[in-house]
Amino acid sequence: MLGGVAMLVSGSVMMTSCGGGNGTASGADSTADNTITGAGATFPNPLYSKMFSEYNKTTQLKVNYQSIGSGGGIQQLTQKLVDFGASDAPLNGKQDSAMMPMAAVHIPATAGAVVVTYNLPECKDTIKMTPEILANIFLGNIKKWNDPKIAAVNKTAKLPATDITVVHRSDGSGTSNIFTTYLSKVNTDWDSKVGKGSSVNWPVGLGGKGNEGVAGQVKQTPGSIGYVELAYAIQNGMSFCQLQNKAGNFITPSIASVTAAANIEIPADGKVSLTNTEAADGYPISGLSWILIYKEQKYNDRSLAKVTKMLKLVQWMIHDGQQYSAPLNYAPLSPKAVSVGDALLKTITYDGKPVLQ
Amino acid sequence: MILNEEALTQRVVSNDIGISVKKEGRNRRSVRHIRAEGVFKKLIFFVAFGMVVMILGILVTLVVQSSLSIKSTGLSFLWGKVWDPVRDIFGVYPFLVGTILTSFLALVISIPFSFAVALFLGEYYPKGWVPTLLKDTVELIAAVPSVIYGFWGLAVMVPIVRKFEAAIGVQTTGVGIFASSLILAIMIIPYSASLGRSMVQMVPGNLKEAAYSLGATRWEVIKSVVLPYTKSGLFAGVMLSLGRALGETMAVTMVIGNTAKLPESIFAPGNTMASVIANEFTEADHPVYLSALIELGLVLFLVTVVINMIGKRLVKGFSK
Repeated sequence: MLGGVAMLVSGSVMMTSCGGGNGTASGADSTADNTITGAGATFPNPLYSKMFSEYNKTTQLKVNYQSIGSGGGIQQLTQKLVDFGASDAPLNGKQDSAMMPMAAVHIPATAGAVVVTYNLPECKDTIKMTPEILANIFLGNIKKWNDPKIAAVNKTAKLPATDITVVHRSDGSGTSNIFTTYLSKVNTDWDSKVGKGSSVNWPVGLGGKGNEGVAGQVKQTPGSIGYVELAYAIQNGMSFCQLQNKAGNFITPSIASVTAAANIEIPADGKVSLTNTEAADGYPISGLSWILIYKEQKYNDRSLAKVTKMLKLVQWMIHDGQQYSAPLNYAPLSPKAVSVGDALLKTITYDGKPVLQ
Repeated sequence: MILNEEALTQRVVSNDIGISVKKEGRNRRSVRHIRAEGVFKKLIFFVAFGMVVMILGILVTLVVQSSLSIKSTGLSFLWGKVWDPVRDIFGVYPFLVGTILTSFLALVISIPFSFAVALFLGEYYPKGWVPTLLKDTVELIAAVPSVIYGFWGLAVMVPIVRKFEAAIGVQTTGVGIFASSLILAIMIIPYSASLGRSMVQMVPGNLKEAAYSLGATRWEVIKSVVLPYTKSGLFAGVMLSLGRALGETMAVTMVIGNTAKLPESIFAPGNTMASVIANEFTEADHPVYLSALIELGLVLFLVTVVINMIGKRLVKGFSK
């Protein structure tokens, strides 16, 4: 009863304070300033949601993130409907020119990886893959599991004579983009015949919608091979291949090996593909996920206060926010990626003047 | 959809009884009443006309948004066999074939079931709790969200289809045109079954009684009275199902295998126009690609319109 009265009183106090706030000119602005909207990649959505809700607890800043896909996020940012975009792939030339004259800054926010998963009930050993074998399977050149090329790197494994069923993503996705970018880098045939993109013209195989669609197909079909996000594969206890990286080591995909892959020299603009990484202990099908922000923030009547809040949020995400990565099976940013992100944040200006010092 | 049909039938029935008109208000007609009548007439006209505007608006939007792709690909969009977003080569022929193949196959599979339900409920057992249960169950089929059919199809039906395919010695992927036709067939049964049932129930009793009095058996009554009397209605129901099958996206996407190749047989994986749009729209990351997907939507729209128009013609021909 007392609690009820207290709630009523505090409620009325809140109402009066709100009413007072709305009376002044700055009151309406401050509520708008306290909400940041973003849109883009679905892959980092669980991590971003966690980060935004944790950040909200300490700062009361409300972040409204729509995970509509990288393409949609880029489009919404181009039309200036959101404060920031998020993408699993850096903007390509065409998109950059569409955004002109506003240049967008790419800030690495997290890293993920794509693992090659398979279904071989008879085979207990972990299958090892070289880039050459992987590309040829997805090109349809290697058709059976007991192909001599596969047997050459899996000497101890008992490989069955079953047909290989390739499963790929049917929906356009950042996962496909990372995977095809990798195949394009390691195999010239793939590069010239198929290429890289969030949707490509797959030479062979079946399409499954989403990670769960591919995983479902692979689990059901003996002899199948597919690719899914690392986080999804770990959470669902799927078996995945060890993949040979550029240095020649066979790497098991894990959070550590993805962070290792990102610990390379990152260019000052942050736009780097981690696929086929130089790092000796890095997993080769890794990729960064970026937050996209316009370099010049004074547009659409945005206030300096709002811009500052947004940049502080991103700064927090690449520093303190990284503690939430590992529990959700995302790879924390490498120290080199964080320092590049810091430098990039300082280049963002409001009316020509840097916002963060 | 089902509810609408229900309302339609009920209205027809109540028309037979005769709409009761309140007589006591007749002497007190005032200018205000008459004016309100005029306003109401205008209002329903504008609301109804709004539908036409909306459809035209959708068509115009589709054409305008796809102009980029129409310019770059031209007419070869329709019979091109390659869909390669990386190289901006867009041909919808495989998806066109996939859409029409799955829809018509689904129709063929579903017709015996929906007609059986229509006759059973309309002619043999129109009343009682068993027919009511059956009717509600069939209508519930339409109420289940399609993603649930997709999940069920992928988890339960596809493994069975795979065994079936292995038994008859064809491609054993499980997913494909055949699996999606099966799912679609289940999903579209209620549309033709419900409309068919209402039609069968509306056959005038005196016609049937006349046939019985001439010594016709039940089967003969169905064959020579009920079916001829209801064929345009039954066909309209089939067309309604077809429209549903053409546009169904989610469940099909999950079991069709999603390959951009021309299906070699009905057991091969393929793709439909609706599922390509659903799959690729969110990540269509350059203008021509996005425009090509919208043009794909335009083609689907036109295919639906053409099939509907043919259907209308046939229904008209039947009722003559």
